[in-house]
Amino acid sequence: MVRCAKSFLRRPKMEIKMKSFFENQMPPTATVGAALEQRGIDRREFLKLFGSIASMMALPAGAAEQLAEAVMKARRPSVIWLSFQECTGCTESLTRSHSPSLESLIFDLISLDYHHTLQAASGEAAEAAREAAMKDNAGKYIVVVDGSVPMGNPGYSTIAGVANVDVLRETVKDAAAVIAMGTCAAYGGLPAAQPNPTGAVAISELVKDKPVVNIPGCPPIPTVMTGVIAHFLAFGSLPELDALGRPKAFYGETIHDRCYRRPFYDQGKFAETFDDEGARRGWCLFKLGCKGPVTYNACATMKWNGGVSFPIQSGHGCIGCSEPGFWDGGGFYEALSMPARPLQAGLAAAAAGVAAGVAVTFFNRRKKAAAKSEHETTTLDDLEK
Amino acid sequence: MGQLQFLTWVRGTGLNLALVMFVLGVLWRLFEIYGLGRKKDLSAPRSTPGASGWATVFRRSLPPPGMLTTSPVSYIGGYVFHVGLAVVVFLFAPHIALLTSLIGVVWPGLPSQVVDFVTVVTMAAMAAVLIDRFARPVKRFLSTFGDWFTWTLTFLPLLTGWLAAHHLLLPYTLMLAVHILSVELLLVFLPFTKLFHAFTVFGSRWFNGAMNGHKGVPV
Repeated sequence: MVRCAKSFLRRPKMEIKMKSFFENQMPPTATVGAALEQRGIDRREFLKLFGSIASMMALPAGAAEQLAEAVMKARRPSVIWLSFQECTGCTESLTRSHSPSLESLIFDLISLDYHHTLQAASGEAAEAAREAAMKDNAGKYIVVVDGSVPMGNPGYSTIAGVANVDVLRETVKDAAAVIAMGTCAAYGGLPAAQPNPTGAVAISELVKDKPVVNIPGCPPIPTVMTGVIAHFLAFGSLPELDALGRPKAFYGETIHDRCYRRPFYDQGKFAETFDDEGARRGWCLFKLGCKGPVTYNACATMKWNGGVSFPIQSGHGCIGCSEPGFWDGGGFYEALSMPARPLQAGLAAAAAGVAAGVAVTFFNRRKKAAAKSEHETTTLDDLEK
Repeated sequence: MGQLQFLTWVRGTGLNLALVMFVLGVLWRLFEIYGLGRKKDLSAPRSTPGASGWATVFRRSLPPPGMLTTSPVSYIGGYVFHVGLAVVVFLFAPHIALLTSLIGVVWPGLPSQVVDFVTVVTMAAMAAVLIDRFARPVKRFLSTFGDWFTWTLTFLPLLTGWLAAHHLLLPYTLMLAVHILSVELLLVFLPFTKLFHAFTVFGSRWFNGAMNGHKGVPV
């Protein structure tokens, strides 16, 4: 944890921001507007940011200003970020958040009071920060979780000697809402893949009495989390969710529906290998295993790295990382309409079919022969009797 | 079971089971039917039975004189939905991709929009023959459970495939899974219902033609 924090601080751009954070420490009760003022942020820039958030969430054009006004007046919520059975990929993704940037997310929108990788404090001081945040903001703080929770044996994953499930229960007790960040937290993810050796479960399976928002993806698009927090601040409620607990605004459509390669699918033009003419011409990657048709996420529209690209644009099919059980959903390079091993029992089936047919034929012929042998010839004498 | 797990099951285990039942059933029934054999006909053939058999195979694809006007729905609807089914099953790009993975043969497909149009026409034709079957007292009287059942088995893959392609009614993942499941049901029941005519139709036509030719009524 300390090592991570140090390496984080070594990044020159971040160093300046972290310094300003320590210089401008403010009480956690400060509103977003106050935080902006303190940092000398232009209101115009803030409006621009919320213009993009409003459009991403499919809110009407006029909503951007209202959203910005509401968020300005809102208290910066205390956020406690818990990391369980995870790879820190979700945090890596968050640090590459572009709209808003990680810095502005931490300084303007939220007060990130506990995060293994990003916080400077370590050891007992870190746990004390979490406890203080919980106490000061009881009933109002947001818990973000990345990683799944091992239920097979509490010792599989612990923080400061405390099992993940206990940390989760204690932290969530007074929370306003829980955000399950990433596929592991949302659906179990890689740790829960068969045979699930640690008995990993999703956060929604353990937290039943608090609203849980799933933001799946491996990693998820960071802007989605920003959008959910902005919605929470502006409206005091969580956005509308689909049947799998995901915000509909971001997970309402499949990758395939919004993919720029979709016309090639409709024309039946497919890349057959990763280096053929079709691949060079940017044809559809369906046959190369793209899971875009069954994956609900916003990659095709919001893209990654500041809107630069997304996997399909880079020439690789979607692996379906935001869907439950995607690790066990067949090979990444097997096309969706193609079964895993269709004819593995084909020969045995053919043999059984032939055997059944021959057996029935034998039976039918015996029946015929029996009928023939039982047949009695009728003679004229019989008829005259 | 989540939607993706369901889809994975129908694509994997489910399809394996369905194909096993299909292969087993088709071979069983073919051996059973052709294994029955016929009594040897000792009479001398009155004309060329073989040629008559081949002629019947083709002739029975055409309506007998006057029947097209007497029963237009049966004939026109029948043609449309049989040709439509063949187009939808064998010329839709994802279906070709699946069959290529099974048998290793590639052939060109039609644009999705064309297949989409053909699907709608095919479903309309199937609906028309169903209504005709209901509306005509003789047809209704002759219909058994097997007729209604096989109509449903044939119609469901078309309907679910079309709904899946248009993202209607259910999420695409679930609808695609339901579509594949409906095809699996069709595969399982095909050998044991009247749908088995897909395999026997030309054989039985040939036999009828040959028998008539043998008796001196070549066609």
